[in-house]
Amino acid sequence: MTHSHITRRGLVGAGAALGAAAATAPLLAGQAFAEDKSLTLLNVSYDPTRELYKEINAAYAAYWKGKTGQVIRIDQSHGGSGKQARSVIDGLQADVVTLALAADIDEISARAKLLPANWQSRLPNNSTPYTSTIVFLVRKGNPWKIKDWPDLVKPGVGVITANPKTSGGARWAYLAAYSYGLKTGGPAAAKDYITKLFKNVPVLDTGARGSTTTFAQRRIGDVLLSWENEAYLTIDEFGPNFDIIYPSSSILAEPPVALVDKNVDRHKTRTLAEGYLNFLYSPLAQDIIAKHHFRPRNAVAAAKYTANFKQIPLVTVDDTFGGWKKAQATHFADGGLFDQIYKPT
Amino acid sequence: MSGQRTSSIRLPGLSILLVLASALVMGMLVLLPLFEVFRGAFEKGIGPYLAAVREPDALSAIRLTLLVAAIAVPLNAAFGVAAAWCIAKFEFRGKSALLTMIDLPFSMSPVVSGLVWVLLFGAQGWFGTWLIDHDVKIIFATTGLVLATILVTFPFVARELIPLMQDQGADEESAALTLGASGFTTFFRITLPNIRWALLYGVLLCNARAMGEFGAVSVVSGHIRGLTTTLPLHVEVLYNDYDFVGAFATASLLASLGLITLVLKTGLEWRHAGELSANRRH
Repeated sequence: MTHSHITRRGLVGAGAALGAAAATAPLLAGQAFAEDKSLTLLNVSYDPTRELYKEINAAYAAYWKGKTGQVIRIDQSHGGSGKQARSVIDGLQADVVTLALAADIDEISARAKLLPANWQSRLPNNSTPYTSTIVFLVRKGNPWKIKDWPDLVKPGVGVITANPKTSGGARWAYLAAYSYGLKTGGPAAAKDYITKLFKNVPVLDTGARGSTTTFAQRRIGDVLLSWENEAYLTIDEFGPNFDIIYPSSSILAEPPVALVDKNVDRHKTRTLAEGYLNFLYSPLAQDIIAKHHFRPRNAVAAAKYTANFKQIPLVTVDDTFGGWKKAQATHFADGGLFDQIYKPT
Repeated sequence: MSGQRTSSIRLPGLSILLVLASALVMGMLVLLPLFEVFRGAFEKGIGPYLAAVREPDALSAIRLTLLVAAIAVPLNAAFGVAAAWCIAKFEFRGKSALLTMIDLPFSMSPVVSGLVWVLLFGAQGWFGTWLIDHDVKIIFATTGLVLATILVTFPFVARELIPLMQDQGADEESAALTLGASGFTTFFRITLPNIRWALLYGVLLCNARAMGEFGAVSVVSGHIRGLTTTLPLHVEVLYNDYDFVGAFATASLLASLGLITLVLKTGLEWRHAGELSANRRH
């Protein structure tokens, strides 16, 4: 009895010591990896900009070194736009966010108060250094003869798009399709069209890149509703096994950029981060933007590359949907139109 | 021990069919995908393979994975020994509750194991404001990856040791104590040598899972390339970058880790069967 009593006390002591070690060691490990944050930026971005920002970051680092002699590092994080916004809200230390649509940055402003509500008016052109649009990517030779929006709802056509709940590109694609429906006969016709369209969608990935991989690598579906830049990139990466089809009309996609004020003040990176966002509007960055098949916003660059981009009628979120706040609430919020029309089969 | 092996029931005819069927299923489900990983990795030859695994982001993913495992596995080994010792050698109230708690990570989705840390330490979580004010980064940093990995892997060592230590009983320890040995002497001279092979076995499984975990670390990583992407996350990043050779090359490192673990595990079962816990002996 006595012995077991003694060992029990020893045991409790040993257990407590181990527990304490277990609790503190990860914290110490975290501390040991702290570094000089003032020369490091984190750009939290959406899916199809991986290659774009790789090149822009290198160009900006070279520019900054030439200007100040300082060596900087820019870290990248990519994923579905909505998911990335959620991570920033949960504490991912983004100095700048470059997301697919304004509504996601609005969320960061509203929920985490990391930047002011008027963030979009702080940079030129609604804080969008480039625009893009939604096009169709089909398999070589266009076996289903897909030319325009009505062809997507034909029975048997497999349409690939990502989940509008998590992907910014998919929200633009949804609105582009809806705006076509509106033109054919108002909200009722639009709802009918979009319902039929999503009946032809066999799988919803969380991000635009995921749905591109589904279509191009895994060869599922007959047409991909794609970012224009992502469609060109797919041809660059996978060879000429695809054709890009421009529909009769689409949407002007404006992926905005913003400084995350609370985070840059904490990291003391405001100058570096502001410089980075302004750099996106510079001729050098606009050239890189055009090279990656995004539509440059700067008038000179836009004129220079106008031949690279097919001009088709583009509706805007502001004119057709009353702005992103309204579009988000009507179509993509819980219980919104998308929830009503999409039933996974 | 050898007597048990010959006592299996013989099923003439049917047994051959069953063996063939299971070999076919194993081939389809395990060997074929494994082969695909290595085929994809070496699709463009050895040069691109080496380039992919030597690329800075890949090296930092390897370093991060090793670091996370180097912290999580020893902690879980220590915790596992302590917990198994408690449970196997003593009777106390709440013992079955403790056992259930240890098993919890096995029965819940790894995504939950990651999400709990976001709910606790995320900016909108319980301690979020305090952590931000004191500039302590847990989520979307190495610490969060370590915490998520610890939670997912903590049953491995304890689960391996508990049946063995229950089997062994407390007689030897009691004898040592009667002869005047202190608690720590008893632990290091009697208990530890008795369980060393089972402990190694548990550590091996714990390590394999720690390095291969995807779901839990994906939630707390933030996916900052070269900074918070472990090897499994790096595979996903490369795959989404259309860098299929890089993705498969990195995946082949993880697959190799799995194969090495398998060899060591089999070796342990072969040579030290008697010293592993009862459910591993055959």
